[in-house]
Amino acid sequence: MPGLRRLTFLWILWLSIGRAIPAPAQEQALAQEQAPAEGEPAAEARWFDPDRLDVLIPTLIFAGLLLAFVASARRGTRLFVRRIPGLDAIDEAIGRATEMGKPVLYLPGLDEMDQPGTVASMNILGQVAEKAAAYETRVTVPNRDPMVMSVAQDVVRTAYGRAGRPDLYREEDVYYVTYSQFGYAAAVSGLMLRQRPAANFFIGHFFAEALVMAETGQSTGAIQIAGTDSDAQLPFFITSCDYTLIGEELYAASVYLSGEPLLLGSLKAQDAAKLLIIVYVVIGVVAAFLNLKLDFWTGQGG
Amino acid sequence: MLQRSLPIFFAGLVGIFMAVQYFVLHPGMARIYNLVLDWKQVVFACTLMLGVFSLIRFHWRKIARRTADAFYSLVVVISCSITVLAAAVFGTETGPYTWLYDRVQAPMQATMFSLLAYFVASASYRAFRARSVHATLLLLAGAVVMLGRVPTGDLIGFELHGQRVSLASIAAWILDTPNLAAKRGILIGVGLGMISTSLRIILGIERAYLGLSRGTGADI
Repeated sequence: MPGLRRLTFLWILWLSIGRAIPAPAQEQALAQEQAPAEGEPAAEARWFDPDRLDVLIPTLIFAGLLLAFVASARRGTRLFVRRIPGLDAIDEAIGRATEMGKPVLYLPGLDEMDQPGTVASMNILGQVAEKAAAYETRVTVPNRDPMVMSVAQDVVRTAYGRAGRPDLYREEDVYYVTYSQFGYAAAVSGLMLRQRPAANFFIGHFFAEALVMAETGQSTGAIQIAGTDSDAQLPFFITSCDYTLIGEELYAASVYLSGEPLLLGSLKAQDAAKLLIIVYVVIGVVAAFLNLKLDFWTGQGG
Repeated sequence: MLQRSLPIFFAGLVGIFMAVQYFVLHPGMARIYNLVLDWKQVVFACTLMLGVFSLIRFHWRKIARRTADAFYSLVVVISCSITVLAAAVFGTETGPYTWLYDRVQAPMQATMFSLLAYFVASASYRAFRARSVHATLLLLAGAVVMLGRVPTGDLIGFELHGQRVSLASIAAWILDTPNLAAKRGILIGVGLGMISTSLRIILGIERAYLGLSRGTGADI
Protein backbone atom coordinates (compact mmCIF):
# COMPACT_ATOMS: atom_id res chain seq x y z
CA MET A 1 0.00 0.00 0.00
CA PRO A 2 2.72 2.62 0.77
CA GLY A 3 4.26 1.73 -2.62
CA LEU A 4 0.95 2.39 -4.35
CA ARG A 5 0.63 5.69 -2.49
CA ARG A 6 4.09 6.78 -3.58
CA LEU A 7 3.26 5.80 -7.15
CA THR A 8 0.00 7.77 -6.95
CA PHE A 9 1.86 10.78 -5.53
CA LEU A 10 4.39 10.67 -8.38
CA TRP A 11 1.58 10.37 -10.90
CA ILE A 12 -0.20 13.39 -9.38
CA LEU A 13 3.05 15.34 -9.47
CA TRP A 14 3.66 14.41 -13.11
CA LEU A 15 0.12 15.30 -14.20
CA SER A 16 0.18 18.52 -12.16
CA ILE A 17 3.42 19.67 -13.79
CA GLY A 18 1.89 18.82 -17.15
CA ARG A 19 -1.15 20.90 -16.27
CA ALA A 20 0.89 23.79 -14.91
CA ILE A 21 2.81 24.24 -18.16
CA PRO A 22 0.11 24.43 -20.84
CA ALA A 23 1.11 23.65 -24.42
CA PRO A 24 1.06 26.64 -26.87
CA ALA A 25 -2.10 25.26 -28.51
CA GLN A 26 -3.74 25.04 -25.08
CA GLU A 27 -2.66 28.62 -24.30
CA GLN A 28 -4.24 29.80 -27.52
CA ALA A 29 -7.47 27.88 -26.87
CA LEU A 30 -7.61 29.27 -23.32
CA ALA A 31 -7.08 32.83 -24.54
CA GLN A 32 -9.88 32.38 -27.09
CA GLU A 33 -12.14 30.91 -24.43
CA GLN A 34 -11.52 33.82 -22.06
CA ALA A 35 -11.81 36.50 -24.76
CA PRO A 36 -15.11 38.43 -24.67
CA ALA A 37 -17.70 37.60 -27.33
CA GLU A 38 -18.08 39.95 -30.26
CA GLY A 39 -19.99 43.08 -29.26
CA GLU A 40 -19.43 42.42 -25.54
CA PRO A 41 -17.21 44.85 -23.62
CA ALA A 42 -13.90 43.42 -22.37
CA ALA A 43 -13.92 42.46 -18.68
CA GLU A 44 -12.27 45.16 -16.58
CA ALA A 45 -9.16 43.98 -14.75
CA ARG A 46 -9.19 45.31 -11.21
CA TRP A 47 -7.14 44.36 -8.18
CA PHE A 48 -10.13 44.78 -5.89
CA ASP A 49 -13.81 44.12 -6.54
CA PRO A 50 -15.70 46.86 -4.60
CA ASP A 51 -18.92 44.82 -4.77
CA ARG A 52 -17.34 42.38 -2.32
CA LEU A 53 -16.46 44.94 0.34
CA ASP A 54 -19.43 43.73 2.41
CA VAL A 55 -17.79 40.28 2.52
CA LEU A 56 -14.26 41.54 3.10
CA ILE A 57 -15.02 43.68 6.18
CA PRO A 58 -16.78 40.95 8.25
CA THR A 59 -14.15 38.41 7.13
CA LEU A 60 -11.32 40.68 8.31
CA ILE A 61 -13.12 41.33 11.62
CA PHE A 62 -13.59 37.60 12.16
CA ALA A 63 -9.99 36.83 11.18
CA GLY A 64 -8.83 39.50 13.65
CA LEU A 65 -10.94 37.97 16.43
CA LEU A 66 -9.63 34.50 15.65
CA LEU A 67 -6.00 35.64 15.69
CA ALA A 68 -6.57 37.49 18.97
CA PHE A 69 -8.12 34.47 20.69
CA VAL A 70 -5.51 32.07 19.28
CA ALA A 71 -2.75 34.40 20.51
CA SER A 72 -4.45 34.55 23.89
CA ALA A 73 -4.61 30.72 24.02
CA ARG A 74 -0.94 30.56 23.00
CA ARG A 75 -0.06 32.81 25.96
CA GLY A 76 -1.67 30.21 28.20
CA THR A 77 -5.04 31.84 28.97
CA ARG A 78 -7.47 29.14 30.08
CA LEU A 79 -10.53 29.21 27.83
CA PHE A 80 -13.81 27.80 29.06
CA VAL A 81 -16.07 26.09 26.54
CA ARG A 82 -19.39 24.67 27.70
CA ARG A 83 -19.91 20.93 27.24
CA ILE A 84 -22.11 19.79 24.36
CA PRO A 85 -24.66 17.21 25.67
CA GLY A 86 -24.43 15.11 22.50
CA LEU A 87 -20.76 14.37 23.26
CA ASP A 88 -21.67 12.31 26.33
CA ALA A 89 -23.67 10.13 23.98
CA ILE A 90 -20.53 9.28 21.97
CA ASP A 91 -18.97 7.66 25.03
CA GLU A 92 -22.24 5.88 25.79
CA ALA A 93 -22.53 4.56 22.22
CA ILE A 94 -18.98 3.16 22.12
CA GLY A 95 -19.49 1.65 25.59
CA ARG A 96 -22.66 -0.05 24.42
CA ALA A 97 -20.97 -1.44 21.31
CA THR A 98 -18.19 -2.84 23.53
CA GLU A 99 -20.69 -4.49 25.88
CA MET A 100 -22.55 -6.06 22.97
CA GLY A 101 -19.34 -7.11 21.22
CA LYS A 102 -20.48 -5.42 18.03
CA PRO A 103 -18.70 -2.92 15.80
CA VAL A 104 -19.14 0.84 15.57
CA LEU A 105 -20.12 2.23 12.17
CA TYR A 106 -18.80 5.70 11.30
CA LEU A 107 -20.01 7.53 8.18
CA PRO A 108 -17.98 10.68 7.34
CA GLY A 109 -20.61 12.18 5.04
CA LEU A 110 -20.69 12.44 1.28
CA ASP A 111 -18.70 15.60 0.78
CA GLU A 112 -15.12 15.83 -0.34
CA MET A 113 -12.04 16.51 1.76
CA ASP A 114 -11.97 20.23 0.86
CA GLN A 115 -15.23 20.84 2.71
CA PRO A 116 -14.93 22.10 6.32
CA GLY A 117 -17.66 19.69 7.46
CA THR A 118 -15.53 16.73 6.37
CA VAL A 119 -12.48 18.19 8.14
CA ALA A 120 -14.57 18.45 11.34
CA SER A 121 -15.76 14.88 10.81
CA MET A 122 -12.16 13.63 10.56
CA ASN A 123 -11.38 15.28 13.90
CA ILE A 124 -14.31 13.51 15.55
CA LEU A 125 -13.41 10.21 13.84
CA GLY A 126 -9.97 10.42 15.45
CA GLN A 127 -11.50 10.68 18.91
CA VAL A 128 -14.11 7.98 18.30
CA ALA A 129 -11.50 5.59 16.91
CA GLU A 130 -9.16 6.25 19.85
CA LYS A 131 -11.89 5.51 22.35
CA ALA A 132 -12.99 2.41 20.43
CA ALA A 133 -9.39 1.17 20.22
CA ALA A 134 -9.00 1.61 23.99
CA TYR A 135 -12.12 -0.56 24.45
CA GLU A 136 -10.89 -3.01 21.77
CA THR A 137 -13.98 -2.36 19.66
CA ARG A 138 -13.92 -2.46 15.88
CA VAL A 139 -14.67 0.72 13.90
CA THR A 140 -15.95 0.39 10.33
CA VAL A 141 -15.72 3.42 8.03
CA PRO A 142 -17.22 3.03 4.54
CA ASN A 143 -16.37 5.99 2.30
CA ARG A 144 -17.88 7.62 -0.75
CA ASP A 145 -14.89 9.77 -1.63
CA PRO A 146 -11.51 8.09 -2.20
CA MET A 147 -9.62 11.14 -0.92
CA VAL A 148 -11.64 11.08 2.32
CA MET A 149 -10.95 7.33 2.57
CA SER A 150 -7.21 7.93 2.39
CA VAL A 151 -7.37 10.58 5.14
CA ALA A 152 -9.73 8.45 7.28
CA GLN A 153 -7.28 5.52 7.09
CA ASP A 154 -4.50 7.76 8.42
CA VAL A 155 -6.75 9.23 11.12
CA VAL A 156 -7.88 5.81 12.38
CA ARG A 157 -4.36 4.35 12.22
CA THR A 158 -2.99 7.31 14.24
CA ALA A 159 -5.85 7.00 16.75
CA TYR A 160 -5.17 3.29 17.32
CA GLY A 161 -1.53 4.13 17.82
CA ARG A 162 -2.41 6.85 20.35
CA ALA A 163 -4.58 4.40 22.24
CA GLY A 164 -1.60 2.04 22.44
CA ARG A 165 -3.26 -0.59 20.25
CA PRO A 166 -1.75 -0.25 16.75
CA ASP A 167 -2.02 -4.04 16.44
CA LEU A 168 -5.83 -3.79 16.36
CA TYR A 169 -5.91 -1.49 13.33
CA ARG A 170 -7.15 -3.18 10.16
CA GLU A 171 -6.90 -1.17 6.96
CA GLU A 172 -9.81 -3.04 5.38
CA ASP A 173 -12.15 -1.54 8.01
CA VAL A 174 -11.75 1.90 6.38
CA TYR A 175 -12.65 1.28 2.78
CA TYR A 176 -14.06 2.79 -0.39
CA VAL A 177 -17.59 1.87 -1.50
CA THR A 178 -18.74 3.88 -4.52
CA TYR A 179 -19.05 7.48 -5.69
CA SER A 180 -22.74 6.92 -6.52
CA GLN A 181 -24.91 8.66 -3.91
CA PHE A 182 -27.65 6.04 -3.69
CA GLY A 183 -25.25 3.21 -4.40
CA TYR A 184 -23.47 4.31 -1.21
CA ALA A 185 -26.79 4.45 0.67
CA ALA A 186 -27.65 0.92 -0.50
CA ALA A 187 -24.23 -0.43 0.53
CA VAL A 188 -24.41 1.20 3.97
CA SER A 189 -27.98 0.03 4.54
CA GLY A 190 -26.98 -3.53 3.61
CA LEU A 191 -24.01 -3.33 5.97
CA MET A 192 -26.27 -2.15 8.80
CA LEU A 193 -28.69 -5.03 8.26
CA ARG A 194 -26.00 -7.74 7.91
CA GLN A 195 -23.44 -6.56 10.47
CA ARG A 196 -25.91 -4.97 12.93
CA PRO A 197 -23.48 -2.42 14.42
CA ALA A 198 -24.39 -1.36 17.95
CA ALA A 199 -23.61 2.31 17.28
CA ASN A 200 -23.94 4.35 14.10
CA PHE A 201 -22.26 7.74 13.66
CA PHE A 202 -23.40 10.04 10.86
CA ILE A 203 -20.91 12.89 11.09
CA GLY A 204 -20.34 15.24 8.15
CA HIS A 205 -22.31 16.64 5.24
CA PHE A 206 -25.16 14.51 3.91
CA PHE A 207 -27.74 14.83 1.15
CA ALA A 208 -31.02 13.06 0.32
CA GLU A 209 -29.59 9.64 1.20
CA ALA A 210 -29.38 10.63 4.89
CA LEU A 211 -32.87 9.45 5.78
CA VAL A 212 -32.47 6.10 3.98
CA MET A 213 -29.40 5.28 6.08
CA ALA A 214 -30.64 6.78 9.35
CA GLU A 215 -34.01 4.98 9.17
CA THR A 216 -32.35 1.67 8.31
CA GLY A 217 -30.05 2.12 11.30
CA GLN A 218 -33.05 2.97 13.46
CA SER A 219 -34.77 -0.26 12.43
CA THR A 220 -31.75 -2.30 13.60
CA GLY A 221 -32.01 -0.81 17.11
CA ALA A 222 -28.53 0.75 17.04
CA ILE A 223 -27.77 3.83 19.09
CA GLN A 224 -27.39 6.61 16.53
CA ILE A 225 -25.48 9.88 16.76
CA ALA A 226 -25.58 12.42 13.95
CA GLY A 227 -23.77 15.70 13.38
CA THR A 228 -24.27 17.68 10.23
CA ASP A 229 -24.02 21.18 8.81
CA SER A 230 -26.60 20.31 6.16
CA ASP A 231 -29.70 22.21 7.30
CA ALA A 232 -31.99 20.28 4.93
CA GLN A 233 -31.07 16.92 6.52
CA LEU A 234 -31.23 18.06 10.16
CA PRO A 235 -34.96 17.29 10.65
CA PHE A 236 -34.43 13.75 9.37
CA PHE A 237 -31.49 13.12 11.68
CA ILE A 238 -33.32 14.61 14.66
CA THR A 239 -36.21 12.23 13.98
CA SER A 240 -34.19 9.08 13.34
CA CYS A 241 -31.18 9.49 15.65
CA ASP A 242 -30.79 9.47 19.42
CA TYR A 243 -28.54 12.56 19.47
CA THR A 244 -27.85 15.17 16.83
CA LEU A 245 -25.10 17.77 16.72
CA ILE A 246 -26.86 20.67 15.02
CA GLY A 247 -25.00 22.83 12.53
CA GLU A 248 -22.14 24.62 14.24
CA GLU A 249 -22.10 22.02 17.05
CA LEU A 250 -20.39 19.74 14.52
CA TYR A 251 -17.47 22.18 14.29
CA ALA A 252 -17.55 22.93 18.01
CA ALA A 253 -17.53 19.21 18.88
CA SER A 254 -14.52 18.52 16.71
CA VAL A 255 -12.61 21.33 18.42
CA TYR A 256 -13.89 20.51 21.91
CA LEU A 257 -12.90 16.85 21.65
CA SER A 258 -9.39 17.73 20.51
CA GLY A 259 -8.90 19.77 23.71
CA GLU A 260 -6.21 21.71 21.85
CA PRO A 261 -5.97 25.25 23.34
CA LEU A 262 -5.28 26.88 19.95
CA LEU A 263 -8.36 25.26 18.44
CA LEU A 264 -10.42 26.24 21.49
CA GLY A 265 -9.26 29.81 20.84
CA SER A 266 -10.86 29.67 17.42
CA LEU A 267 -14.07 28.40 18.98
CA LYS A 268 -14.12 31.40 21.33
CA ALA A 269 -13.64 33.64 18.28
CA GLN A 270 -16.78 32.07 16.78
CA ASP A 271 -18.70 32.92 19.96
CA ALA A 272 -17.43 36.51 19.88
CA ALA A 273 -18.42 36.83 16.21
CA LYS A 274 -21.90 35.52 17.04
CA LEU A 275 -22.21 38.17 19.73
CA LEU A 276 -21.30 40.85 17.18
CA ILE A 277 -23.88 39.45 14.76
CA ILE A 278 -26.56 39.52 17.48
CA VAL A 279 -25.72 43.18 18.20
CA TYR A 280 -25.84 43.90 14.46
CA VAL A 281 -29.25 42.18 14.14
CA VAL A 282 -30.63 44.13 17.12
CA ILE A 283 -29.40 47.41 15.58
CA GLY A 284 -31.04 46.37 12.30
CA VAL A 285 -34.36 45.59 14.00
CA VAL A 286 -34.36 48.93 15.88
CA ALA A 287 -33.41 50.77 12.66
CA ALA A 288 -36.24 49.01 10.80
CA PHE A 289 -38.72 50.09 13.50
CA LEU A 290 -37.45 53.68 13.27
CA ASN A 291 -37.44 53.49 9.46
CA LEU A 292 -33.70 54.30 9.26
CA LYS A 293 -31.68 53.08 6.30
CA LEU A 294 -28.34 51.50 7.26
CA ASP A 295 -27.16 50.31 3.84
CA PHE A 296 -23.90 52.21 4.17
CA TRP A 297 -22.03 49.45 2.29
CA THR A 298 -23.35 50.89 -0.93
CA GLY A 299 -22.97 54.48 0.19
CA GLN A 300 -26.69 55.07 -0.17
CA GLY A 301 -27.59 55.08 3.54
CA GLY A 302 -29.49 57.97 4.99
CA MET B 1 9.54 16.80 9.37
CA LEU B 2 9.14 17.95 5.74
CA GLN B 3 6.45 15.32 5.28
CA ARG B 4 4.28 17.32 7.70
CA SER B 5 5.38 20.92 7.25
CA LEU B 6 5.38 20.95 3.43
CA PRO B 7 1.67 20.00 3.01
CA ILE B 8 0.74 22.48 5.78
CA PHE B 9 2.71 25.22 4.00
CA PHE B 10 1.08 24.46 0.62
CA ALA B 11 -2.41 24.23 2.14
CA GLY B 12 -1.87 27.65 3.75
CA LEU B 13 -0.51 29.13 0.53
CA VAL B 14 -3.38 27.82 -1.62
CA GLY B 15 -5.87 28.82 1.09
CA ILE B 16 -4.57 32.42 1.08
CA PHE B 17 -4.66 32.50 -2.74
CA MET B 18 -8.26 31.18 -2.87
CA ALA B 19 -9.35 33.81 -0.31
CA VAL B 20 -7.57 36.65 -2.12
CA GLN B 21 -8.77 35.69 -5.62
CA TYR B 22 -12.38 36.04 -4.46
CA PHE B 23 -11.83 39.79 -3.97
CA VAL B 24 -9.78 40.36 -7.12
CA LEU B 25 -11.20 40.94 -10.60
CA HIS B 26 -8.25 40.04 -12.78
CA PRO B 27 -8.07 37.54 -15.67
CA GLY B 28 -4.69 36.31 -14.44
CA MET B 29 -6.18 35.40 -11.07
CA ALA B 30 -9.14 33.69 -12.75
CA ARG B 31 -6.72 31.64 -14.84
CA ILE B 32 -4.76 30.43 -11.80
CA TYR B 33 -8.05 29.72 -10.01
CA ASN B 34 -9.20 27.50 -12.91
CA LEU B 35 -5.83 25.80 -12.94
CA VAL B 36 -6.16 24.96 -9.23
CA LEU B 37 -9.62 23.51 -9.89
CA ASP B 38 -8.15 21.42 -12.73
CA TRP B 39 -5.47 20.10 -10.38
CA LYS B 40 -8.17 19.13 -7.94
CA GLN B 41 -9.77 16.98 -10.65
CA VAL B 42 -6.41 15.39 -11.44
CA VAL B 43 -5.79 14.59 -7.77
CA PHE B 44 -9.30 13.16 -7.49
CA ALA B 45 -8.78 10.92 -10.52
CA CYS B 46 -5.59 9.58 -8.99
CA THR B 47 -7.13 8.92 -5.59
CA LEU B 48 -9.98 7.12 -7.35
CA MET B 49 -7.39 4.52 -8.26
CA LEU B 50 -6.66 4.05 -4.54
CA GLY B 51 -10.42 3.78 -3.94
CA VAL B 52 -10.97 1.07 -6.54
CA PHE B 53 -7.92 -0.80 -5.24
CA SER B 54 -9.35 -0.61 -1.70
CA LEU B 55 -12.77 -1.81 -2.90
CA ILE B 56 -11.41 -4.81 -4.78
CA ARG B 57 -9.06 -5.77 -1.93
CA PHE B 58 -11.87 -5.49 0.64
CA HIS B 59 -14.20 -7.76 -1.32
CA TRP B 60 -11.48 -10.13 -2.48
CA ARG B 61 -10.54 -10.84 1.15
CA LYS B 62 -14.16 -11.62 1.94
CA ILE B 63 -14.35 -14.04 -0.98
CA ALA B 64 -11.06 -15.67 0.01
CA ARG B 65 -12.20 -16.10 3.62
CA ARG B 66 -15.60 -17.39 2.43
CA THR B 67 -17.45 -15.20 4.93
CA ALA B 68 -21.25 -15.38 5.26
CA ASP B 69 -21.80 -12.50 2.83
CA ALA B 70 -19.04 -13.49 0.39
CA PHE B 71 -21.66 -13.94 -2.34
CA TYR B 72 -22.38 -10.19 -2.37
CA SER B 73 -18.67 -9.49 -2.64
CA LEU B 74 -18.47 -11.83 -5.61
CA VAL B 75 -21.31 -9.88 -7.28
CA VAL B 76 -19.40 -6.61 -6.66
CA VAL B 77 -16.11 -7.91 -8.08
CA ILE B 78 -17.75 -9.50 -11.16
CA SER B 79 -19.99 -6.51 -11.96
CA CYS B 80 -17.11 -4.05 -11.43
CA SER B 81 -14.86 -6.07 -13.76
CA ILE B 82 -17.57 -6.36 -16.44
CA THR B 83 -18.25 -2.60 -16.31
CA VAL B 84 -14.54 -1.72 -16.56
CA LEU B 85 -14.06 -4.16 -19.47
CA ALA B 86 -17.17 -2.87 -21.27
CA ALA B 87 -15.88 0.72 -21.01
CA ALA B 88 -12.31 -0.20 -22.00
CA VAL B 89 -13.25 -2.34 -25.00
CA PHE B 90 -16.37 -0.61 -26.38
CA GLY B 91 -15.95 2.95 -25.08
CA THR B 92 -18.21 4.99 -22.80
CA GLU B 93 -20.39 6.77 -25.39
CA THR B 94 -22.33 3.79 -26.77
CA GLY B 95 -22.41 0.01 -26.47
CA PRO B 96 -22.57 -2.28 -23.44
CA TYR B 97 -21.24 0.32 -20.97
CA THR B 98 -24.12 2.75 -21.72
CA TRP B 99 -26.55 -0.17 -21.69
CA LEU B 100 -25.30 -1.19 -18.24
CA TYR B 101 -25.63 2.37 -17.01
CA ASP B 102 -29.11 2.99 -18.46
CA ARG B 103 -30.61 -0.43 -17.76
CA VAL B 104 -28.91 -1.46 -14.52
CA GLN B 105 -27.31 1.38 -12.57
CA ALA B 106 -29.85 4.16 -13.22
CA PRO B 107 -32.93 2.00 -12.30
CA MET B 108 -31.18 0.77 -9.14
CA GLN B 109 -30.38 4.33 -8.10
CA ALA B 110 -33.97 5.39 -8.84
CA THR B 111 -35.23 2.47 -6.72
CA MET B 112 -33.11 3.55 -3.75
CA PHE B 113 -34.26 7.14 -4.18
CA SER B 114 -37.92 6.13 -4.32
CA LEU B 115 -37.51 4.23 -1.04
CA LEU B 116 -37.21 7.66 0.54
CA ALA B 117 -41.00 8.06 0.37
CA TYR B 118 -41.48 5.09 2.71
CA PHE B 119 -38.73 6.24 5.03
CA VAL B 120 -40.26 9.74 5.19
CA ALA B 121 -43.58 8.14 6.15
CA SER B 122 -42.05 6.03 8.94
CA ALA B 123 -39.96 8.94 10.25
CA SER B 124 -42.99 11.29 10.18
CA TYR B 125 -45.06 8.75 12.10
CA ARG B 126 -42.48 8.72 14.89
CA ALA B 127 -41.96 12.50 14.89
CA PHE B 128 -45.65 13.39 14.88
CA ARG B 129 -46.73 11.23 17.81
CA ALA B 130 -48.23 13.82 20.18
CA ARG B 131 -46.54 12.66 23.39
CA SER B 132 -45.38 16.05 24.63
CA VAL B 133 -46.20 19.72 24.14
CA HIS B 134 -43.32 20.10 21.66
CA ALA B 135 -44.37 17.05 19.63
CA THR B 136 -47.96 18.33 19.58
CA LEU B 137 -46.81 21.74 18.30
CA LEU B 138 -44.74 19.98 15.65
CA LEU B 139 -47.71 17.86 14.66
CA LEU B 140 -49.98 20.94 14.36
CA ALA B 141 -47.39 22.95 12.41
CA GLY B 142 -46.71 19.95 10.15
CA ALA B 143 -50.42 19.42 9.47
CA VAL B 144 -50.97 23.12 8.67
CA VAL B 145 -47.91 23.29 6.37
CA MET B 146 -48.81 20.07 4.53
CA LEU B 147 -52.44 21.14 4.02
CA GLY B 148 -51.36 24.67 3.15
CA ARG B 149 -49.08 23.45 0.35
CA VAL B 150 -51.87 21.69 -1.57
CA PRO B 151 -54.74 23.42 -3.48
CA THR B 152 -57.22 22.50 -0.70
CA GLY B 153 -55.27 24.76 1.65
CA ASP B 154 -56.46 27.80 -0.27
CA LEU B 155 -60.09 26.79 0.22
CA ILE B 156 -59.88 26.30 4.00
CA GLY B 157 -59.84 29.61 5.87
CA PHE B 158 -61.75 32.39 7.56
CA GLU B 159 -62.33 36.13 7.42
CA LEU B 160 -60.48 38.36 9.91
CA HIS B 161 -61.04 42.12 9.87
CA GLY B 162 -62.17 41.90 6.27
CA GLN B 163 -59.10 39.90 5.20
CA ARG B 164 -59.14 36.25 4.24
CA VAL B 165 -56.79 34.07 6.28
CA SER B 166 -56.33 30.67 4.60
CA LEU B 167 -54.31 27.62 5.63
CA ALA B 168 -52.01 28.44 2.70
CA SER B 169 -51.22 31.89 4.14
CA ILE B 170 -50.65 30.44 7.65
CA ALA B 171 -48.34 27.79 6.12
CA ALA B 172 -46.45 30.49 4.24
CA TRP B 173 -46.06 32.49 7.49
CA ILE B 174 -44.77 29.42 9.37
CA LEU B 175 -42.23 28.72 6.62
CA ASP B 176 -41.14 32.33 6.08
CA THR B 177 -41.01 33.58 9.65
CA PRO B 178 -40.31 31.15 12.54
CA ASN B 179 -38.90 28.41 10.28
CA LEU B 180 -36.67 30.74 8.27
CA ALA B 181 -35.47 32.54 11.42
CA ALA B 182 -34.37 29.24 12.98
CA LYS B 183 -32.80 28.12 9.70
CA ARG B 184 -30.84 31.36 9.35
CA GLY B 185 -29.64 31.05 12.94
CA ILE B 186 -28.29 27.58 12.13
CA LEU B 187 -26.77 28.77 8.84
CA ILE B 188 -24.98 31.72 10.49
CA GLY B 189 -23.44 29.31 13.01
CA VAL B 190 -22.46 26.90 10.23
CA GLY B 191 -20.95 29.76 8.20
CA LEU B 192 -18.83 30.89 11.14
CA GLY B 193 -17.73 27.31 11.75
CA MET B 194 -16.71 26.95 8.11
CA ILE B 195 -14.74 30.22 8.07
CA SER B 196 -13.11 29.30 11.35
CA THR B 197 -12.08 25.85 10.05
CA SER B 198 -10.72 27.40 6.83
CA LEU B 199 -8.71 30.01 8.75
CA ARG B 200 -7.33 27.29 11.04
CA ILE B 201 -6.16 25.36 7.97
CA ILE B 202 -4.53 28.49 6.50
CA LEU B 203 -2.80 29.20 9.82
CA GLY B 204 -1.65 25.57 10.09
CA ILE B 205 -3.48 24.96 13.38
CA GLU B 206 -5.93 22.46 11.86
CA ARG B 207 -4.27 19.26 10.62
CA ALA B 208 -7.11 16.75 10.50
CA TYR B 209 -7.11 16.87 6.70
CA LEU B 210 -3.62 15.37 6.77
CA GLY B 211 -4.81 12.50 8.89
CA LEU B 212 -3.18 14.08 11.93
CA SER B 213 -6.05 14.47 14.36
CA ARG B 214 -5.06 15.77 17.78
CA GLY B 215 -4.69 13.78 20.96
CA THR B 216 -7.58 13.52 23.35
CA GLY B 217 -7.75 16.60 25.49
CA ALA B 218 -11.22 16.04 26.82
CA ASP B 219 -12.80 12.76 27.81
CA ILE B 220 -15.49 11.87 25.37
